[in-house]
Amino acid sequence: MTASTIELAVTPDDRRIARHAAAAIALAVAEAALPSPLPGVKPGLANIVVLIVLWRHGWRDAAWVSLLRVVAGSLLIGQFLAPGFFLALTGALASLAALALAVRLPRRWFGAVTASVLAAFAHIGGQLLLARLWLVPHDGVFLLAPVFGLSALVFGIVNGLVAAKLLNEDD
Amino acid sequence: MKAWLALLRPGDGFVVLVAALAVGVSFPLLWAGGRPERAVVRVDGKVVAEFPLTAPRRYTVAGPLGETVIEIAPGRARVLSDPGPRQYCVQQGWLTRPNAIAICAPNHVSLSLSGREASHDSLNY
Repeated sequence: MTASTIELAVTPDDRRIARHAAAAIALAVAEAALPSPLPGVKPGLANIVVLIVLWRHGWRDAAWVSLLRVVAGSLLIGQFLAPGFFLALTGALASLAALALAVRLPRRWFGAVTASVLAAFAHIGGQLLLARLWLVPHDGVFLLAPVFGLSALVFGIVNGLVAAKLLNEDD
Repeated sequence: MKAWLALLRPGDGFVVLVAALAVGVSFPLLWAGGRPERAVVRVDGKVVAEFPLTAPRRYTVAGPLGETVIEIAPGRARVLSDPGPRQYCVQQGWLTRPNAIAICAPNHVSLSLSGREASHDSLNY
C-alpha cells in the first residue's frame, strides 16, 4: 500500500495573505478582551491591517484579510455563527464596499484616513441596518446611531492615522 | 501632534469635517423626541377639554370629589390642585413631553400631552 498524501499548492500570495490575516486576527482577539461601554463600540484595530494591505496589495487581498479575520476571529472568541458574527460579517462586507470606492479616489488628495473613516461609517451603517432588519425590528435602534457615528468617527481617524504612519515609514 | 497632522492629505480633512458634521447633526435630529403640542383633559376617560400649549391659562374641571384645576403654560401643563387624598397627580409637577400623563384617579381626571410625533407610548412616574 502506498502512502497517499494530499499536497496543497501554496502560492506566495497565500502566504502573504495568511501573514496579514494572522496579524489582523491577533488584534481582533486582543481587542475582544477590552471592556466596551456599548456592544459595537470598539476600536477595530484589525482594520489598520486591512488598510495597509489595501494600500500595498490592493482590494482583493484586503477582502481576503478582512473576511478571514471575521471567520477565524469569531472561531477563536467562540462567536462563530452567533448574532455577533453576522454583525461583524455585515460590517466587514459594508466597509469592504466602501474601501473599494475609497481606493479609487485620487491618492494625491485622499489618504488612508479617508479610507478608514469611510470604512468605519460603512461598517456601523451595515451593522445598524442588519440589527434593524433582523435583531431589533424597531426603529428604536437608530437612536444609537449618533453614539455609533461618534465612535466610528474617532476610531476611524485614529486607525487611519496609524495606518498612514505605518505606510509612511515603509516608503 | 504635528507629525500626525502631516499624515493628513487635503481631502482627508474634508472627509473628517463632513463626517463630524453628520455626527453632530445626528444627535439633535435623533434625540429631540418631539415637542408636546396640546394638553388633553379627560374625565372618566372622555375628553372634556383640549388646549394648545401656547398661551397660559387655567381650566377647572369637576369630578366626583370636587374640582381639579389644570394649569397650561407655553410648552407644558400641570395639575395645579386636586381634591384627591394622596395628591400624586399634583406632585408630578409640570408635564413637558408628548404622551406624558398625570392621572388624578380619585377624581377620575387625567391630564395628558399630545404631540405630532410621539416618542413614547406613555410616560408616568
